[in-house]
Amino acid sequence: MNDFNYTRVYSMDEALANVSLGKGHRVIAGGTNLIDLMKYFITTADELVDINPISEHQTIEELPDGRLRLGAFATNADTAYHPLVESRYPLLNRAILAGASAQIRNMATNGGNLLQRTRCYYFYDINTPCNKREPGTGCSAINGYNRTMAIMGTSEHCIAVFPSDMCVALAALDAVVNIVGPEGTRQLPFADFHRLPGNTPHIDNNLMDNELISSIDLPEKGFSSSYSYLKLRDRNSYAFALVSVATALDLEHGLIKEARIALGGLAHKPWRVQEAEDFLKGKQASKTNFEAAADLILQGAKSFEFNAFKIELAKRAIVRNCMMALDPDTQQPGAQPSL
Amino acid sequence: MNENKTKLTEEEKKLFGDLMPEELDEIISSGLNRRHFMKLMGLASAGLLASHLIGAEQLFARSAEIGDIADLAPAAIENGINVSFKVNNTAKKVLIDSRATLLDTLRERLDLTGSKKGCDHGQCGACTVIVDGKRVLSCLTLAATCEGKSVITIEGLAKDNELNPMQAAFLKHDGFQCGFCTPGQICSAVALMKEAKEGQASFVTADVRQNQQSVILSDEEIAERMSGNICRCGAYPNIVAAIKEAQTGKNVEQTWLFAG
Repeated sequence: MNDFNYTRVYSMDEALANVSLGKGHRVIAGGTNLIDLMKYFITTADELVDINPISEHQTIEELPDGRLRLGAFATNADTAYHPLVESRYPLLNRAILAGASAQIRNMATNGGNLLQRTRCYYFYDINTPCNKREPGTGCSAINGYNRTMAIMGTSEHCIAVFPSDMCVALAALDAVVNIVGPEGTRQLPFADFHRLPGNTPHIDNNLMDNELISSIDLPEKGFSSSYSYLKLRDRNSYAFALVSVATALDLEHGLIKEARIALGGLAHKPWRVQEAEDFLKGKQASKTNFEAAADLILQGAKSFEFNAFKIELAKRAIVRNCMMALDPDTQQPGAQPSL
Repeated sequence: MNENKTKLTEEEKKLFGDLMPEELDEIISSGLNRRHFMKLMGLASAGLLASHLIGAEQLFARSAEIGDIADLAPAAIENGINVSFKVNNTAKKVLIDSRATLLDTLRERLDLTGSKKGCDHGQCGACTVIVDGKRVLSCLTLAATCEGKSVITIEGLAKDNELNPMQAAFLKHDGFQCGFCTPGQICSAVALMKEAKEGQASFVTADVRQNQQSVILSDEEIAERMSGNICRCGAYPNIVAAIKEAQTGKNVEQTWLFAG
């Protein structure tokens, strides 16, 4: 790591004053991604601002109108095991528990989960060109070993994927990100928080340098009857997703009132396709309809030399996960959804 | 080294008298050093009873507690931070470089080398320690962020010469081969016992909507919950058996899975 000055801050105002000072400031919360990046010199800091001593935004609270507010500084583990998350938003519980390891979930915070960076091999290898790490140097993945890379929303400058599991569930649940900055607070719908790479792959999301995430709000509707999170990866546990799917269904008399399908491992942000969700509305919760929805979701897919398999894998994962959502008991180890 | 605290008990005198009679006077007069430890390790690989070795390690942990931290300070510290925290229930105050991880601080400054540096990037779990009751990765924790916290390392799990039940179970089931990942595995497993008791679910738990009182860990649950600790020797079946036995207190046979 480079030399940096370390400052503890005890309030949001103090934190904002520190991050507003200019470039060279980095905020540390759980540190599970930041310290790793700093050890590789991918990220450097002149001043490291430790926000852990701040007592606000550490808790999970139900708001008077029924929404659930997830403090940005609450850990992933405390969030997953909150009784209201388990009972009303089990999809979020499962997505969090699908990610990382128990140790990392005990450290990592909710705000940090949104701000984690890609695990693209070339982004991590400082000896190779990477537009995300060093704008203008080129993308090594496009013509390189791109098996784990994106197939949706890529650009000629970057085909990295966003690695979070938690965020796939937050996208499906229509979460809202609360942000504080020098001019006060603002809210961003989850879909608008992360960005596609476009011409600026070095900018992962729409949080400004002088802003902080304070919390994430979940609408009251938690889809606790029909939900499922499926994660496909190279080993059974403690690996990033090749493809992951969060499905939340609202069913009435066997018909789909509302469907949410969000995908991870496919793009620079959690991926949702409105057209596919609209298609399912009012239809029967059947394998045929889910297959049609999967085709709609993947219709714009663009694969590269080594990741064409992801298109078929994603389609099958969507169908399987939607069938599992119909009966969350089939999410038990070894259980097979009735396909 | 402070002579008072490294004073050997009668039991320990007997232990070192048995194992290294020619070193006994030196140990009594000036305390243990790494040379003694290396010799002990040599004896261990030659078939020394594990219980003897744990007794010796306890003594090392005790002598490390009173190591003069100022003497161990590196020549140059950039952006020094004073951190006060508890390590194995002993208060510590140490001036560290702002970049120092908890792992490096434990190993290089506090002479607690039980926690291991495997990958140093949060991928292997060898550095797992317990901070304020929760297992975390010490390689991704800046020591500066540990102000006021309580850290338990592998050296702090046994009570005097009595092993933590998880340590005893790992010994009984050979939950290791080379032993490098073992301190992290055991710290992780000790914290896991508390998580299971509190009814925390894992990704393979059937239905999270049912608030469980406490979880009896199946093989699959243990594998999922311990996935943050990699064992390159592949001692996993033994580790799973050890954790099962530590949780239930009942004898557990190892389950071997062979490809069909």
